[in-house]
Amino acid sequence: MTYFPEEVVEHIFDFLGSHRDRNAVSTVCKAWYGVERLSRRSVFVGNCYAVRPERVVARFPGVRSLSVKGKPHFADFNLVPDDWGGFALPWIEAFARGGLGLEELRLKRMVVSDESLELLARSFPSFKVLVLISCEGFSTDGLAAIATHCRVLRELDLQENEVEDCGPRWLSCFPDSCTSLVSLNFACLKGEVNAAALERLVARCPNIRTLRLNRAVSVDSLSKILARAPHLVDLGTGSFTIDHHAEAYHRLINNFTKCKSLKSLSGFWDASPRCLPAVYPICGNLTGLNLSYAPAIQGADLIKLIRLCLKLQRLWVLDCIGDKGLAVVASTCKELQELRVFPSDVCGVGTAAVTEEGLVAISSGCPKLNSLLYFCHQMTNAALVTVAKNCPHFTRFRLCILDPGKPDPVTNQPLDEGFGAIVQSCKDLRRLSLSGLLTDQVFLYIGMYAECLEMLSIAFAGDSDKGMVYVLNGCKNLRKLEIRDSPFGDAALLEDVGKYETMRSLWMSSCYVTLKGCKTLAAKMPRLNVEVINERDESDEMEENPSDLRRVEKMYVYRTVAGPRNDAPDFVWML
Amino acid sequence: MEVSVSDFDNLKATELRLGLPGIDAPEKPAPVSPRGSKRALLKANEECWPGTSKSLEADTSNQEAQPMAKAQVIGWPPIRSYRKNSFKARKAEVEAAGLFVKVSMDGAPYLRKIDLKVYKGYKELREALDNMFRCFSTGMEGCNGSEYAITYEDKDGDWMLVGDVPWEMFISSCKRLRIMRRSEATGMPSSP
Repeated sequence: MTYFPEEVVEHIFDFLGSHRDRNAVSTVCKAWYGVERLSRRSVFVGNCYAVRPERVVARFPGVRSLSVKGKPHFADFNLVPDDWGGFALPWIEAFARGGLGLEELRLKRMVVSDESLELLARSFPSFKVLVLISCEGFSTDGLAAIATHCRVLRELDLQENEVEDCGPRWLSCFPDSCTSLVSLNFACLKGEVNAAALERLVARCPNIRTLRLNRAVSVDSLSKILARAPHLVDLGTGSFTIDHHAEAYHRLINNFTKCKSLKSLSGFWDASPRCLPAVYPICGNLTGLNLSYAPAIQGADLIKLIRLCLKLQRLWVLDCIGDKGLAVVASTCKELQELRVFPSDVCGVGTAAVTEEGLVAISSGCPKLNSLLYFCHQMTNAALVTVAKNCPHFTRFRLCILDPGKPDPVTNQPLDEGFGAIVQSCKDLRRLSLSGLLTDQVFLYIGMYAECLEMLSIAFAGDSDKGMVYVLNGCKNLRKLEIRDSPFGDAALLEDVGKYETMRSLWMSSCYVTLKGCKTLAAKMPRLNVEVINERDESDEMEENPSDLRRVEKMYVYRTVAGPRNDAPDFVWML
Repeated sequence: MEVSVSDFDNLKATELRLGLPGIDAPEKPAPVSPRGSKRALLKANEECWPGTSKSLEADTSNQEAQPMAKAQVIGWPPIRSYRKNSFKARKAEVEAAGLFVKVSMDGAPYLRKIDLKVYKGYKELREALDNMFRCFSTGMEGCNGSEYAITYEDKDGDWMLVGDVPWEMFISSCKRLRIMRRSEATGMPSSP
């Protein structure tokens, strides 16, 4: 390789798409490391505490695109206390100080303050893309800063964030000279929106292809927007309530008909069934449909709509679609690749809406299915075995039986065999979430067969330490393991401590791991951060002399080259 | 490491609950207990085997919990807070907001709007409409009289006579009101 000038090596590296490949070539030799680091344009940091921002800036001075993830996945379900960490500011500050030409920033599960957004907006004149997913800590004032200062903004994509509403003025902060928007998603904003400003913005951005509106946008406004932007590819409707007799409704249908490029639909907040026919004209082109925020649209109306969606590849629905509705999906949507069925009753109480029957129907009708998230009231081993046979291409399989620890209702057996069939058949399985009654046996199967598995979520499962050990020993590609309410203790935790350096992180909550076990792990493995999270009001006695044999509520372990973090709150013990 | 029944009792004593403080003991499915009750479930299952799935469900509901307790397992079912909040918010909105519907009267130059939630029943509603539209009716006994009939449009788009269904059902399905001339309603000429 010393015969090749650096430019040639760099050119070769340009063909390496994935981060993994680039990481791999950088370890070959010093020369390659040097070429690679200077030519790297995009960095992905899967855990914000695995490396210091300054280190990233120093190593990759040419980086234009940064992605960072913060809180562990179980934070989505309120298992991580609010002030745990995951702050975006240090990253933005480091990049600003380093004088890097940042153009794209993607953050997931991080705390982003208005101050950070202001700094971001002012520090990078070429900034083009901001994607925030499941973040919090900012308000619409922060968005105003982005709109005001990012002159060449192309994408502003806010997905499921908790955003404080400080009024609608942010949208008006996009200057008249801003014509570069390609993608705007503010569906998660709770407040009012200036309709006129929105319509003008859309009108002056000829390249806009993705537009996801929030609930405050009326159908009238939507109608006008569609008229201005008939080239939209991805649309999130605002509130979809309209008097279906009114003239406005007919205007809406006309404008929808003109949108020949529309491939993806979502939103439908407050949609009533009588408004749905407005979208019938474009259903035949849809590849993506998200009706999971429209509880008023039930069985029969859903079915009418889905019968028209022959090209559907991605479908998100509520379980009020029922097994019957899923059978219609199975017979209509032959191109289906991803299905998510969410519970309409979020408390998990209520009558059974979808069962194993619906899933079996889907599996036999949709052979291309590779990604599943399915909330249901019951599942049988027989059904899972059938699904495994019908759909061997699953890469993501997440099954949530709403009743924790529920067995197969027909045989009263645990669901070990069913999930075993899934991992055995689906050789490309990368992500798996388990539920229902499960013994150590299912983990034996997972360890044996799930060679590609990268992420495993376990809840209320297993009988003994053996279960966890099977997984740690067997799954060579495991990156993330998250466990709650399962009987795995210190013996399992300490069985193979080196394993955790090959993984991104391990989460265990309400298990049998004790403080002693955590301390032992921390002592043996200096390049792991072992965090113990205690939220309860401890008595003073506990504080001073916590018994090492006491079980820890929550433990989060992750590999890092950054050492223990200095922004941990009081209730997080860095061991 | 098999957990025997007596171990289970000891474990229960040392268990760390994730329930919120103040939640009563009897109903909770504390983190360990779903597993424990799982064991009890297995036992119960053995007993009722080869029982029907119906009796199994009955056992399940006894062991696992009354719906109340299910709701108390933190972070279960694993649904993003964003999704949970958006449903909660909508519920709250619907409950907090009034139920404003338009009221039209045949021959009146403009419509009115009333909040159905304000009235306790049909009698109050009729009186309110009577007061509102008195100025438009010429020398009749008001809405209660034989000159007019009060009708409403329901969720399905059909026009119904007010008063047939229970009040609660009415306000949940009423989209708008129309005070109709009797002559139109019955097809018979009104009395002079």
